[in-house]
Amino acid sequence: MNNDGVLLQAARLIAEWDPALFEIVLLSLQVTMSAVVISCLLGLPLGAAVGAFRFHGRGAVILILNVLMGLPPVVVGLLVYLVLSASGPLGVLELLYTPTAMIIAQIVLVTPIIAALSRQVIEDLYLEYAEQFASFGVSRYTRVRALLWDARYTLPTVVLAGVGRAVAEVGAVMIVGGNINHVTRVMTTAIALETSRGDLELALALGIILLALALVVNVFVMALRGTRVRGAYA
Amino acid sequence: MDDFLLKPKRISGLPEMARRLLAVISLCLSILTPLNAAENYIVMQSTTSAKNSGLFDHILPIFKAETGIEVRVVAVGTGQAIRNAANGDGDVLLVHSREAEEQFIADGFGVKRYDVMYNDFVIVGPPDDPAKIAGSDDALWALRQIALGEHDFMSRGDDSGTHRAERRLWESLGISPSARHQRWYKETGSGMGSTLNIAVGIAAYTLTDRGTWLAFKNKQDHLIFVQGDPLLFNQYGIIAVNPERHPHVNSESAQRFIEWIRSDVGQRAIADHQIEGQSLFSPNAVAAHVQN
Repeated sequence: MNNDGVLLQAARLIAEWDPALFEIVLLSLQVTMSAVVISCLLGLPLGAAVGAFRFHGRGAVILILNVLMGLPPVVVGLLVYLVLSASGPLGVLELLYTPTAMIIAQIVLVTPIIAALSRQVIEDLYLEYAEQFASFGVSRYTRVRALLWDARYTLPTVVLAGVGRAVAEVGAVMIVGGNINHVTRVMTTAIALETSRGDLELALALGIILLALALVVNVFVMALRGTRVRGAYA
Repeated sequence: MDDFLLKPKRISGLPEMARRLLAVISLCLSILTPLNAAENYIVMQSTTSAKNSGLFDHILPIFKAETGIEVRVVAVGTGQAIRNAANGDGDVLLVHSREAEEQFIADGFGVKRYDVMYNDFVIVGPPDDPAKIAGSDDALWALRQIALGEHDFMSRGDDSGTHRAERRLWESLGISPSARHQRWYKETGSGMGSTLNIAVGIAAYTLTDRGTWLAFKNKQDHLIFVQGDPLLFNQYGIIAVNPERHPHVNSESAQRFIEWIRSDVGQRAIADHQIEGQSLFSPNAVAAHVQN
């Protein structure tokens, strides 16, 4: 196998912009972004609350969040499969082998990462602010809001960690999505399929496109942060 | 955008962020809705060997054009496919392990089993052929040579139809190699294509179905050494999941697909799927029908 061939093939795949490839890329983005957005809505407030409040059993919650960060995707896929299977408790919803099932699995994977990492960020900030909060008698809700807002230039990195996990993950979406052509095939499952067909060049070309997508997302977030920071000093 | 140009220094508040987030979520979900929308489709639990051969990409569009029914294929090992179908996570089962299929029916999960097509297994290996089995049509003799010489052999090890066929061959030889006791016998625990990648990578022998082998693009110098033994016959059967057991299954469309794949049109579509002028599968539903 020669490496020039792979790069050329990746370039040609992008240049020709094959509709089948476009569909797979679009579905990858939809599934990943939906999962990350919903995980942020769940994980950021949770992480901020654990970071900013002192309560009984807090150490245990932090420990659990940190452990869940390391959940193996196949295990999550298996658990979500058992729940969504026709014989499982939520079988009546008929969500198995749909993009929604893939989003659910990724939410389970990504939420602990967002919560655990944002907890650390918020806690560091809280230690700085604690005295002021106490002296002004700031309400709990306002504390969480203020901390999340003031951490807004650090939190994108946390979110990117979640995006990275979701976009690169194959074990969970393979089980609950089934890698069905035109329905639940995403970049990672397509790469696994082409590898198993022995078409290593195509698999690697798809991998390069996935990497390029990750690059675009990261550049976008960096640019966004850059503008915002400059804006704040203007 | 205009908003930003007019008031560049305005600091946006949290509620606005929340509003934007909600907008993004609803956008994501609204784009996804048509993908989840229920149309007339069935889910078929099948095997990696049938999928990797490209057969479904060839025949399913023909079926869809004729009937409007979409067949969504989930390709896993035969063992897992049967498990999934028993859970009701599929309308049709197309696999290749007759004994397990009959057990599936006996357990009440399936309606009736029909023969669809067959291909055969072959033993492939590295070009220098250290076990000297090239050209043989005696699978048992060849496996014995591999075992005696302790030449590397990759087993699927995943309870798939191919894995079960391979275990049956070892059993008839009276040898039961295990990954724990024999260093030359290795279990990959993965699909046919992945196992071929590994066999090619470490210059090992392995048992594969002909369809996957023909469609496989990373053969490098590996060759077919053993073929044509009746013991290597590989029959595929199709079964509709029992609607009495799982009332939610789309049994009408499932029956229609089974009738179609057994019909002249379906059988011809299977025979027409060729690579380098070779059919990957030979249809035999009609012959089986006559025999019954």
